[in-house]
Amino acid sequence: MSKIKQAFAGGKAFIPFLTAGDPDAESTVKYILAMQRAGADIVEIGIPFSDPTAEGVVIQDANIRALKAGMTTKGVFDIVRRVRQQSDIPLVFLTYINPVFHYGYEKFFTECERLQVDGIIIPDMPFEEKGELAPIAAAHGVDVISLIAPTSQDRIKMIAKEATGYVYAVSSMGVTGVRQNIQTDLKSIVNSIRQVTDVPVAIGFGISTPEQAAAMAKISDGAIVGSAIVKIIEKYGKNAEQAVYDYTYKMKQAVIKA
Amino acid sequence: MGKGRYGKFGGQYISETLMNELINLEQQYEYYKNDKSFNDELNDLLKNYAGRPSLLYYAQRMTKDLGGAKIYLKREDLNHTGSHKINNVLGQVLLAKKMGKTRVIAETGAGQHGVATATAAALFGMECEIFMGKVDTDRQALNVYRMELLGAKVHAVTSGTQTLKDAVNETMREWSSRVHDTHYVLGSVMGPHPFPLIVRDFQSVIGKEAKAEILQREGKLPAAVLACVGGGSNAMGMFHAFVPDKGVKLIGCEAAGKGIDTDMHAATMAKGTLGIFHGMKSYFCQDGNGQIAPVYSISAGLDYPGIGPEHAYLRDSGRATYVPVTDDEAVAAFEYLAKIEGIICAIESAHAVAHAIKLAPSLSKDDSIIICLSGRGDKDVAAIARYRGVQIYE
Repeated sequence: MSKIKQAFAGGKAFIPFLTAGDPDAESTVKYILAMQRAGADIVEIGIPFSDPTAEGVVIQDANIRALKAGMTTKGVFDIVRRVRQQSDIPLVFLTYINPVFHYGYEKFFTECERLQVDGIIIPDMPFEEKGELAPIAAAHGVDVISLIAPTSQDRIKMIAKEATGYVYAVSSMGVTGVRQNIQTDLKSIVNSIRQVTDVPVAIGFGISTPEQAAAMAKISDGAIVGSAIVKIIEKYGKNAEQAVYDYTYKMKQAVIKA
Repeated sequence: MGKGRYGKFGGQYISETLMNELINLEQQYEYYKNDKSFNDELNDLLKNYAGRPSLLYYAQRMTKDLGGAKIYLKREDLNHTGSHKINNVLGQVLLAKKMGKTRVIAETGAGQHGVATATAAALFGMECEIFMGKVDTDRQALNVYRMELLGAKVHAVTSGTQTLKDAVNETMREWSSRVHDTHYVLGSVMGPHPFPLIVRDFQSVIGKEAKAEILQREGKLPAAVLACVGGGSNAMGMFHAFVPDKGVKLIGCEAAGKGIDTDMHAATMAKGTLGIFHGMKSYFCQDGNGQIAPVYSISAGLDYPGIGPEHAYLRDSGRATYVPVTDDEAVAAFEYLAKIEGIICAIESAHAVAHAIKLAPSLSKDDSIIICLSGRGDKDVAAIARYRGVQIYE
């Protein structure tokens, strides 16, 4: 059983996200380990990109901070290497296609396999374009995580059929960021996905409170939270470990009860 | 591999949220481009609203002064709103209307595309929002006011480098939050399929007119056609009709800023590398980690780190060539054309004029060349004055 599959086997999953290198590599390693201690089932690690077009202001700013502080793709692999010395928590990269393309697909996924990176999410690589990358990722045992959006409609089944790892169901239109209300009919989207695949479905975009996370986990297999955590890291900088731990703990508890 | 390929270039590298809308756009475009009433309506607008066909002006004094090939100027600057941008905008906004959209959004660099979009939105009674980098709203303040006069809401984009690239980012973000009633009027032959195709088709009127008229006046095809390239819409519009005519050199003139040996340029062809960004695989100015590089040009309209995928294909296949032109050369050409022909062209177009000044003397007097004068230069006068040390503000 893959580590991602295992992560969902024990009940509803909580999946926090952070941007690698914000504020620095040292802190990122610490925060990932804190997330694991607090009960995170999978951690999504953002490889910073200069122009993250699917992100709202909070994660955009984190990308810029990380790049300004000197983070590179190679530097992110080094963060993973350090995490792996102490933890085998499932790790999933989130980045844009250009840094991966530029690193070289073969070289990138070879490195992922060596460091046991379990999956990758690429928001600007839709189903139609995944062919140039997915077979290489698969050959190295890395799951390409598919996104399904509120606008996907008749595309849901096509995408879900080929899904690996988990399906990332996007809760709302637009970009990442905290939202007061999530209005999409996610229940019917999750049902459509489940008709064609056993791959778990986690919901992300806009989730920040334990109540929202519980509601999302209730209708799916887990909740993904990015901007709310990045905000905590923005606020506390290098001293965010306890706050990251507390937040992750609170969210995981809410998800378990769902 | 996805649709919309030009060799290995192009594609649809875009968020899932936008995919169904792009598929819808492609289907609607494929339908309407063959629809007689759509084409009649568009042609009527081009003629009676935009003022087409644009003049093919023989620049006699310039020709004599340079002492080589006859120089013709394709006067896109004389179109309504003052640039070639209106050709694409009228097509796309009409298409958006047919698709039942009530709101259009667009990015703009120099402001020409924003003004054209705001104009068409006013004409069609549609809501309009324009995204423009903060650096550009500052250096093209008059165009901001112009767009507001036309009823558009202008957003100054403060993320990233605050120029055209960031304006595109922000417009894409806005579109992904509201697709049901909104069409993104992309301004160049770039972005995900079908935009490079749609924009090229709507701009191809430039080359079609130019080709027909030069054949009539010279009895043969020109030796070369020249156009400036940022994303590459006026160049693709000029080139498209001439692509099958192998004897006609296609020359794109890109912004070399302070020089391609400095880090202050936007010379994607000279200095860029293969990458995937803004929905397309093409050449981009980027660093060793695939981070998009900040670019620079005196011209806000050429200040873009990528280039349309069909240009990348034309270059790699050897059909077209691309040359870098510096700020200094462009400003000198801007002033030269004003003095010798009495035409103040856009600083973007002046990049093509600058290369023509070098090229024309090397060609025979029996030959002709056509420069696409993509826009008028009123918007640039204050910036050129400042470049020359005269402190004028709009």
